[in-house]
Amino acid sequence: MTDPVILDRRSVLAGGGALIVSFSLTDAFAQDQAPAPAPAPSPPGSLKKTPMLDSWIRIDADGSMTVFTGKAELGQGFKTAFQQIAAEELDVPFGSLTVVTADTGRTANEGYTAGSHSMQDSGTAIQNAAAQVRELLVAEAARRLDLPVENLRTENGAVIASDGRRLSYGELVAGDMLHVKAQATSRLKDPATFKVMGQPVPRVDIPGKVTGGAAYVQDMRLSGMVHARIVRPPSYGAELIDCDTSAVEKMPGVVKVVRDGNFLAVAAKGEFQAVKAMAALAAAAKWKETAHLPNQDDLLAVVTGLPSQDSTIFQRSNPAAVGQKTIEATYTRPYQSHGSIGPSCAVAQSVDGAMTVWTHTQGVYPDRQAIAEMLRVPLPSVRLIHVEGSGCYGHNGADDAAADAALIARAMPGVPVRVQWMREQEHSWEPFGPAMVTRLKASLDSNGAIADWNFEVWSNTHSMRPGGAGALLAAQHMAQPFAPPPPKPLPLPEGGGDRNAIPLYTFPNAHIVHHFIPAMPLRISAMRGLGAYHNVFSIESFMDELATAAGADPVEFRLKHLEDTRGREVIAKAAEGFGWRKGQQAPQGRGYGFAFARYKNLAAYCAIATEIEVNSETGRPRLVRAVAAVDSGQVVNPNGLTNQIEGAIMQSMSWTLYEAVTFDDTRITSIDWQTYPILRFNSAPDSIEVHIINRPGLPFLGSGETGQGPAAASIANAIAHATGKRLRNLPLTRKRIKDAIDA
Amino acid sequence: MTGSSRIIASVVVVILIAGAVVGFAVAWRPAIAAIEPPAPQSFDPALVKRGRDLAAIGNCNDCHTVRGGKSFAGGLPVPTPFGIIFSSNITPDPETGIGRWPETAFRRAMRSGVDRDGRHLYPTFPYDHFTNVTDADDQALYAYLMTRPPVHAPARANRLSFPLDQRVVVAGWKLLFLHRGSYQPDSTKSAEWNRGAYLVEGLAHCGACHTPRNALGAERATAQFAGGDVDSWKAYAINGQSPAPVPWDAEALFSYLRQGWQPDHGVARGPMAEVVSNLSSVSESDVHAIATYMAGVFGTPTPERKRRGEEVLAQAQKPELKSPAPANQAGASIYAAACATCHETGRPLPYGGVNLGLSTAISDPDPRNAANIVLSGVREVEGERSPIMPGFAASMDDSQVAALLNYLRARFSNQPAWTGVEKTVEDARRTQTVFLQTSPGPHNSPADPTQRDKP
Amino acid sequence: MMTLKVNGQDHQIDADPDTPLLYVLRDDIKLNAAKFGCGLGQCGSCTVIIDGKAVLSCVTPLLLLEGKQVTTLEGLGTVEAPAPIQRAFMEEQAAQCGYCIAGMMMRAQALLQRNSKPTDEQIRAELEPNLCRCGTHMRILRAVHRAARLMDTADASPAGTRSAR
Repeated sequence: MTDPVILDRRSVLAGGGALIVSFSLTDAFAQDQAPAPAPAPSPPGSLKKTPMLDSWIRIDADGSMTVFTGKAELGQGFKTAFQQIAAEELDVPFGSLTVVTADTGRTANEGYTAGSHSMQDSGTAIQNAAAQVRELLVAEAARRLDLPVENLRTENGAVIASDGRRLSYGELVAGDMLHVKAQATSRLKDPATFKVMGQPVPRVDIPGKVTGGAAYVQDMRLSGMVHARIVRPPSYGAELIDCDTSAVEKMPGVVKVVRDGNFLAVAAKGEFQAVKAMAALAAAAKWKETAHLPNQDDLLAVVTGLPSQDSTIFQRSNPAAVGQKTIEATYTRPYQSHGSIGPSCAVAQSVDGAMTVWTHTQGVYPDRQAIAEMLRVPLPSVRLIHVEGSGCYGHNGADDAAADAALIARAMPGVPVRVQWMREQEHSWEPFGPAMVTRLKASLDSNGAIADWNFEVWSNTHSMRPGGAGALLAAQHMAQPFAPPPPKPLPLPEGGGDRNAIPLYTFPNAHIVHHFIPAMPLRISAMRGLGAYHNVFSIESFMDELATAAGADPVEFRLKHLEDTRGREVIAKAAEGFGWRKGQQAPQGRGYGFAFARYKNLAAYCAIATEIEVNSETGRPRLVRAVAAVDSGQVVNPNGLTNQIEGAIMQSMSWTLYEAVTFDDTRITSIDWQTYPILRFNSAPDSIEVHIINRPGLPFLGSGETGQGPAAASIANAIAHATGKRLRNLPLTRKRIKDAIDA
Repeated sequence: MTGSSRIIASVVVVILIAGAVVGFAVAWRPAIAAIEPPAPQSFDPALVKRGRDLAAIGNCNDCHTVRGGKSFAGGLPVPTPFGIIFSSNITPDPETGIGRWPETAFRRAMRSGVDRDGRHLYPTFPYDHFTNVTDADDQALYAYLMTRPPVHAPARANRLSFPLDQRVVVAGWKLLFLHRGSYQPDSTKSAEWNRGAYLVEGLAHCGACHTPRNALGAERATAQFAGGDVDSWKAYAINGQSPAPVPWDAEALFSYLRQGWQPDHGVARGPMAEVVSNLSSVSESDVHAIATYMAGVFGTPTPERKRRGEEVLAQAQKPELKSPAPANQAGASIYAAACATCHETGRPLPYGGVNLGLSTAISDPDPRNAANIVLSGVREVEGERSPIMPGFAASMDDSQVAALLNYLRARFSNQPAWTGVEKTVEDARRTQTVFLQTSPGPHNSPADPTQRDKP
Repeated sequence: MMTLKVNGQDHQIDADPDTPLLYVLRDDIKLNAAKFGCGLGQCGSCTVIIDGKAVLSCVTPLLLLEGKQVTTLEGLGTVEAPAPIQRAFMEEQAAQCGYCIAGMMMRAQALLQRNSKPTDEQIRAELEPNLCRCGTHMRILRAVHRAARLMDTADASPAGTRSAR
């Protein structure tokens, strides 16, 4: 449990929260906190690593302004949000800015666009950089006009004196004026005066996407570009023992067949020619399969049976609190797939030894390092430029497609090579969200409060990045391969398998253990929310089970154990918006559910109430309506935020009700939408309402992953309420619900 | 009037009155008094469970549910040659369902096709089969239905023209075609066979779709299982005249009925999808019994058919394209471009396209089913691993579909060419939409029950 | 060599007759909207309109298209003069990653062309073949309703004259 007062930065920083924003508030808009003295003189957010202001903001003499971010647009609307932030702090019209996203040749290294960090890291950096650039421009104007700074104001891209004289930013900027290090603190605008930030500004990328504009890496067409397809092995570790490529080389349009150990690919002039050549090449390839996959029907035994490194991640003891009634439960989650609608794609071109790759990877810098290592070339000779792909929801095939393209491009110097993964390849080879098991045991005291809380989670790591070349499929399959790096747990407070394993509630006795499992029978890595999805699902399902045992209302029961004020407000808001009433009865066949979590106990707060209808004949569940409340600190774009929460509920519902990767003894068998069904339109609810609690002036809190965990538990709780049966094994399929009803 | 004509007139009057009395006696049924809807808790849960299984075998929810409506609340339009009949609400709703029916009324409906008010039910409700169901099974079914959630859904008016809209005419139909009474076991056959016979001739009412009907809409007794119609689909002959390229046996039938697919035949779709969806939840022994009985109906295949079946299976392992006849060139190109990419990959069922040499749709004398599938494909079952085939109604015009079908017939069957294919396609376009819009669709899908199938 | 009519224009296509329309649109005619999502007819990202009906272009070979009219999203309108469906999706901000959206819009457009006042049920049933992984379903539904309203009043406005036939 964290301290209830979240703005006590000293304790957070002392606790090793390395990725927490070091954000300084001046007296002007501190909330109810006294400003703490900055413990270290480093500027906030990503400015800490990339302190030069002109790494973030560039103003040309002609007045054109560019904002640089090391983060990638994944479809969350970041380009727009960052543009809003910069426009606000710079005091320029929104449309006068251009945003340049992740590019190893042009932008800061902000690692991965992941973990809901973009607002906290990049948004904060841009906000502060823009504010400081404005200050510099004002100072320059003051110098030139020989006026005190107080007599100057900024508006619409110019500094204006009280006597009416006006100097545009373009006129003011000179030489290396912006090539200075950022200060640790900035004079940020008063949120009460915001014109653009906090407004539902329409996304800058949508008009192009709805009129057929080029928007994705899949849309790239470079002159002389060839189309490539990979022939992947049929299973993990398969060896290519024979492949007669001669016939394929003679097929129409084929320009190259690349074979490097177990890496097999073909490039052709026409895209469909490449597809046909791929099929022929696959038919000609003979593989020796070596994989032995575990029993997919008993993941509980599989996961808990693997060797683990165990650590107690939280411990608290108060012998005075004694439990009288104890309950326990075990929850499981299968492997789950990112399921990106657009299979991964990349374009690469090698010109005079310089390799450029256009890719939708979440991390251009780490992927660049991995590719350079794979190609065994110096780092500066490789450049990765982010171009949007379809939603990736974590570590999907994007990084690997980039490596594939680079490997083929190296074999065809000067020629742009476009690699497009097939649907089956994306489904089979992407790294999955790992299977997890949680075991909970708690006891209630005589007042129906939780006296004792025990939680254990078994999980693989939830990230194989950055992993160098060894994390790339192409590098693993090459003749001179790179070994996959040893998996490492992600450290708390962020965590991986243990993300959100520590609930935000306060319990007198608590013991939380993380069983970190290094062995990975299936290829896994980061999937949206990481361990938080299953941990929150477990905790919030169990809270309901405890509430039932205590004879208490689920909302009241949670509030009883939660001290965090912002958390309490989010819970109250969702309950109020839903019309939650203690002791309420749902209409026949329906049930109500509630759940709450603060993502990573550091990012956005989210509470979700749901109404579910279960068809007792078929067991089929249907979400009737969902009401969510979210607190993400200072809201930049309320429409974007609402979109993320709505999406989180729909996506999580699909994971929770339908999704499990399937496999037999050797191969992944869920290889397309037939065998890995996801939510379709007739399961969309009647309504989803999102209530935003805006906190002007407070730090941005990442919101891209805050809804998935609570949505899962809320749905599970509603199903339990509707049917009287508690299901603990994901996914909560129609058949499982039916069997539970019938039992 | 003369004396003889008076006598004749009196005789005629007497005959008419007698006829009316007889007719009345035949046609009239008393109403059974309504009861207070029985409390669901008053039924033994074990009985309810048995009723559930029986209802699944009877496929009750399929006809008595309309897409978008609640289970058993009726409203499904069933096209017949005489007009459209809408299925009734058999939830225990007191006003619009059977909530006020005592068990005797329910049994009478199953046995004789009469509702609680004494009105004759149209034989679209197949009581000519359900009459075979034992009292004990009727009791279980009653218990099951009376414990479903009541749904207020008034019956929709049937669309029949005079005089068929007068229910009394059904009395005459019943006189001719309804043979009341329950199933009599055959002591020369095994218990399993008898169980199968009881289920097939009774609740499962397979013949209601798979037997051709006469002009009065009754199953032709001498042509049992020789093939029939349901909605816009052909229900294949499932007797010795079966057109399946590979002959069916009990094991294959069991797999198909229980799982919804069988490697040598294909995937159950169209109206059969809902049947197998229900059978997947029924006890294996009952499905075995049905399969055993039906295997007897199919009969032992002739050596010629057996040989043909083996040949077809061998060819399916390695599909070779022999040059198509010039007449079928257009169809051949369409097949190669639009179909072979899924139907010749060798990916096993149920997720790979079936090798069309195994397809009954293509070997059947009636091209309707093949047309239906080409036009509408195979729709996904929400939330279930299920086969998905795109439909080609929007991208192919009638002549293209016809060319394709004619090619498929020539290449993948050893049967004479179909006739009137373009007309079939034109009709199929129209009728398919209705089927897809109103049928509730299966809730389960053809899938390997262990979910461990190879791709 | 084949003549393909796309968005009212004739194109001479030099591709094998078994080439799926999707690749012809993207690679030969350089149109972006129809997307590769699966190539199997399972996800709807490739949806275009052919003679007024929604079609999965990834499973539609060129040889079927002689004499038929193909309409893609590009043919409905532009950023400067958007069709009602495009305006509706912009106004509702009905996209997250946006990859599925072109396919959604074309299927919705085909529906609205034959049924100008669809119920919510009908829209959901119509969009069933199209997948969205980001979970933008609610906005997409709102956008289609909005488009229906816009099309109702679209006849007077300049944008309306560009809506597809």
